[in-house]
Amino acid sequence: MAKPSRHKRGPLASVGLHATLLVAAVIAVFPPLWLLVTSFKPKNDAFTTGLVSNFTFANYRHVVADTQFLTWFGNSVLVVGVTTVLGVFVAATTGYAVSRFRFPGMRPLMWLLLITQMFPVAVLIVPLYNLMASLGLLNQPAGLVITYLTIAVPFCAWMMKGFFDTIPVEIDEAGRVDGLNPFGTFWRLVLPLARPGLAVTGFYTFVTAWAEVAYASAFMTGEENLTLAGGLQTFVNQYLNDWGSMTAAAVIIAVPAALVFAFAQRHLVAGLTAGTTKG
Amino acid sequence: MSRARRKQAASAGAPGRVRKALATHWYAWTMVAPVVLVIGVIIGYPLVRGLYLSLTDANEANVERNIGMNHIPATYKFTGLDNYTAILGDGVFWGRLGWTVVWTVACVGLTFAIGLTLANLLNRKLRGRTFYRLALILPWAIPAFVSVFTWRLLYNEKNGLLNKLLAGGGIDAVPWLNDPTWAKLSVITVNVWLGVPFMLVALLGGLQSIPGELYEAAEMDGANAWQRFRNITLPGLRGVSSTVILLSTIWTFNMFPVIYLLTRGGPGDATEILVTYAYRLSFVDSPRDFAGSAAWGVLILLLLSMIAVVYRRSLRKQGEVW
Repeated sequence: MAKPSRHKRGPLASVGLHATLLVAAVIAVFPPLWLLVTSFKPKNDAFTTGLVSNFTFANYRHVVADTQFLTWFGNSVLVVGVTTVLGVFVAATTGYAVSRFRFPGMRPLMWLLLITQMFPVAVLIVPLYNLMASLGLLNQPAGLVITYLTIAVPFCAWMMKGFFDTIPVEIDEAGRVDGLNPFGTFWRLVLPLARPGLAVTGFYTFVTAWAEVAYASAFMTGEENLTLAGGLQTFVNQYLNDWGSMTAAAVIIAVPAALVFAFAQRHLVAGLTAGTTKG
Repeated sequence: MSRARRKQAASAGAPGRVRKALATHWYAWTMVAPVVLVIGVIIGYPLVRGLYLSLTDANEANVERNIGMNHIPATYKFTGLDNYTAILGDGVFWGRLGWTVVWTVACVGLTFAIGLTLANLLNRKLRGRTFYRLALILPWAIPAFVSVFTWRLLYNEKNGLLNKLLAGGGIDAVPWLNDPTWAKLSVITVNVWLGVPFMLVALLGGLQSIPGELYEAAEMDGANAWQRFRNITLPGLRGVSSTVILLSTIWTFNMFPVIYLLTRGGPGDATEILVTYAYRLSFVDSPRDFAGSAAWGVLILLLLSMIAVVYRRSLRKQGEVW
């Protein structure tokens, strides 16, 4: 039998290839799809195996109108929005400094940024909880924002450094010649050029903060202070099994994240691997 | 200049040097200041404090707190390494560590194997390539906690879809999350499902950077598909694989949401990994054991640093630079 070459595949190999990929694709897509399907079923049909027979928006209406979902959504948007804006800005200035200047303390800083990525939640969460408590930041969006910054910024600073490294230094020099100080150069010349990098770090910060569970569950208590991660847990717990509301809420939570992700996914990986291998 | 005079000049120049350093570097320092500040306060302080707490007997009942108008000062004592000896002398830690290692190795191994296979299948001319690619990375686009709840819906023992399908095939219901062994398989399945897209995309990127001429030359020399894979693909992917394996090892070791939201560490503590156990000590169990939790955290950090160091060293031996 002739070896199938890379360009001409035998029909059997072709079938095998497509069959494998199809099975994998179905496994990947099925759970989210099933979530979507279930969310349109009446509450009591949540566990029927069929596709939707009585299509209804009742779950969505219930979640939006009768629960605190919108409050949680608002809390999440506030926390994640502020985190993203601050995080991107801070990561950009840091990344720029590390990319352009050779200053005392630079190497330790780079190490610090790398090492903080390894920190398990478990080491920090108790002292951080006590710190937040003593500062009166428990149940405050500000407390979560500060916490999320420490998760997102080290990684984003690495990514931004990678992006700034690709922008020619001549641009900075030209700015300097025209009488701009380093802040001016950064703000007016380099930052606009680094827009794709800013977008990627923004996406990354958004996705990370939107999906964070541990800190959100520990720091935010009381129905009206929860973020989405905590709120979703209230629908299905040891006392309550409201799968209808859970699925509808989950779909509403997943959609913005999926949209943001769809824009960013190509660049995410490039940034991800660049951030960890360079330097 | 004599040595004495040079010394004199240097000491006279010390304040000037600081001023000069400030003058040349203050831009850079201002730009990194916010990050240093935030990391210092939010990571540095808690870390030091966590280390300290792990050497005390702090718990819910004896830490500083306010009840109504009354401020109650802390009464916990320094106990040295007592927490550590207690933890290391107890079977619970070693049991959790064993399962955490199994969990990490199984998850990373499976995720990598599946990711590599799928990346290889996708890295060729193929009808519907974009469709497959998009479908396969979909799990990545959805926040992990949403996916985990979806899996709970599927795993539901009485009514979940998986068991209904099995019933349709005449197979008894499987206690997905209520039997220790099944629960372990279930959490691993979910984590692999969550992790494959990242592996797939990263490895696909790596595959695409391997020059096609290498394959053509190998083919001319009569290398078969397996030989090409072993001698071109695997070495070509080494850089990317080492990064993603290290990253996903650290992520999986610390994977909080999957375990916490899927099983809460149960049944019993069958699926409890180190991180969720430390969290349970200080936020779930009562009275909250702050000192114990901090000590667990410090041990976890030590383990992770060891993994990173050993891993880097083994990479260096293979000639990897970073």
